[in-house]
Amino acid sequence: MIGAEELLRLYERMALIRGTEKAAHDLFMAGLVKGTTHLAAGHEAVAVGASAALRDDDYVFATYRGHHHAMARGATAEECLAELMSKATGVCKAKGGSMHLTKASTGMLGSYAIVGAHLPMAAGAAWSAKLRGTGQIAVAFFGDGATNIGAFHEALNLAAVWSLPAVFVCENNFYMEYTPIGKVTAVPNPAADRASAYGLTGEVVDGNDVVAVAEAVGRAAARARDGAGPSLIEARTYRHYGHSRADPAKYRPAEEVERWLERDPLNLARARLEALGVPDAALREVDERVRADVDAAVAAAKAAPGPDPAEAFTDVWADGGAAWRT
Amino acid sequence: MADMITYRAAVAEGIAREMRRDPAVVCLGEDIGAAEGVFKTTVGLLKEFGPERVWDTPISEQAIVGAAMGAAMTGLRPVAEIMFSDFLACCWDYLANEIPKVRYMTGGQVAVPLVVRTANGGGLGFGAQHSQAVENWALTVPGLKIAAPSTPADVIGLMAAAIRSDDPVVFFEHKGLMAGQGPLPPDGHVVELGRAAVVRDGADLTIVALASTVPTALAAADRLAARDVSAEVVDLRCLVPLDMAMVLRSVERTSHLLIVEENPYQGGWGGTVASIVADEGFELLDAPVRRLAAACVPLPFADVLEDQVIPTVDKVVQAALALADY
Repeated sequence: MIGAEELLRLYERMALIRGTEKAAHDLFMAGLVKGTTHLAAGHEAVAVGASAALRDDDYVFATYRGHHHAMARGATAEECLAELMSKATGVCKAKGGSMHLTKASTGMLGSYAIVGAHLPMAAGAAWSAKLRGTGQIAVAFFGDGATNIGAFHEALNLAAVWSLPAVFVCENNFYMEYTPIGKVTAVPNPAADRASAYGLTGEVVDGNDVVAVAEAVGRAAARARDGAGPSLIEARTYRHYGHSRADPAKYRPAEEVERWLERDPLNLARARLEALGVPDAALREVDERVRADVDAAVAAAKAAPGPDPAEAFTDVWADGGAAWRT
Repeated sequence: MADMITYRAAVAEGIAREMRRDPAVVCLGEDIGAAEGVFKTTVGLLKEFGPERVWDTPISEQAIVGAAMGAAMTGLRPVAEIMFSDFLACCWDYLANEIPKVRYMTGGQVAVPLVVRTANGGGLGFGAQHSQAVENWALTVPGLKIAAPSTPADVIGLMAAAIRSDDPVVFFEHKGLMAGQGPLPPDGHVVELGRAAVVRDGADLTIVALASTVPTALAAADRLAARDVSAEVVDLRCLVPLDMAMVLRSVERTSHLLIVEENPYQGGWGGTVASIVADEGFELLDAPVRRLAAACVPLPFADVLEDQVIPTVDKVVQAALALADY
């Protein structure tokens, strides 16, 4: 059971992610973030709730919409924003960008931008943990769109037949890019309804309720550590921004957006905190601290230097270099 | 006289030697365990090392290579088999987008010490989807090391280097060479990746070859000697790292270069070798660089048709005579 103190910490982590995503959006609009971004505002409870249920040495694999997972697993707002802004202090030394945030030192083994590709990787990390007998588990977070690609099927089947300590968490935000997932998927719950094909029990959870996510992932993690194999969880959530960049997401009905915004994961967490007797002043204090933390992160990222151009020719090989011939 | 070993047995021997010295080495692939491999290249591994280290997989190339990647990122040294190199196309995402890039795009945070082994090439009449020489596919992707041995001793020595490498290695085992025999190298035999070998000394022209085209070139060199043409044969052994220093030293001696490749002329690896010689060795040459590669058609089934398409001893002799007469 998650108590008030822990829930307040989870709330703060979600608020920090939200503030950082808003800052990323504003920096993109100001031309300070190049390329593209896939913001996860609205999805915070999935990442933070799942993280609350994991050990520090567990493995996490995420998608190009992965800022929240990087931050939930220990990446700082500053190093994430610096990465987006092409700065030397970025979490990937400005060689990855928004779609590839990675914090390997805390088990966040990467954000992958080919849909579904990281599900087999998570199965492999779980296989490795099982063979090494470490009790670690691996978690793959993926969108609803990934449930229609072959790697999803191959990974789920392999994880099930090898009884791997893996948890597959679908963040169903109801749109694969711009198309409603229901229009391109044969079953109503794109992940959970496929579970029986792998001998698993699919579970649908409220992905905007950080406590519900933490409990569901906690149960799945316990099963995995007990040797009972993988789980497939479908967390229903919603994007607050469009798919990427400046996408205004006009393809989503206004009343649907309104309904989901009322169920903002931050609001749900606040309601739970109030019900647990946490005073409003404590929440205001957290909100103030988050605002200051985000402002400081933006300022530090802005002030950081760009990468040394020579960095383009490092990190290809284990020797640190890029030489491919004599 | 040294003990002899076949090329196919050398594959299993090379893997077994590394599995004995490093418990982190594990194998996975279709039919590699109980069935001991469709090419009998994993004979004895399951028996010696058990099911904890030798894993039969479903027909799921993405899961095989993706799981190998996840395991490699988390402390194991997986050796993944893709049964026929043609099937690399089924998991190409991992070889094109994931494995070669993850170290780089995370700013050096993760390593992928794995080997993807695969049976490559023609000569056995398996038709267009089981006979291709596709080593050039891997050469298109910065971040992959590529080995393609021509002898049993090199299979063992390069396998040792590939498995010990902290970089990902694609290891092409040539189907047409499997039955061939050669001396069994002593324990501890390692052939450093990226070191070509002069396998026959000569004065009049250099023939650069790889895998199956090495014995083809050596047979041609015998016939050329009878016609007073002295051919030097260089076995590249690896495409990445590419030992151009050795090729250029040989061309310095012979001033004539013939490149013999089994992959198609269009996009074949010889184009890279030829362009480097043109850039850096132009003054060494007394004649244009000549490439003898597979014709740019799908591999046909019938032997008489296949011989039309891939390099043969006759074709090498003719090309070499024309070049020597230039």
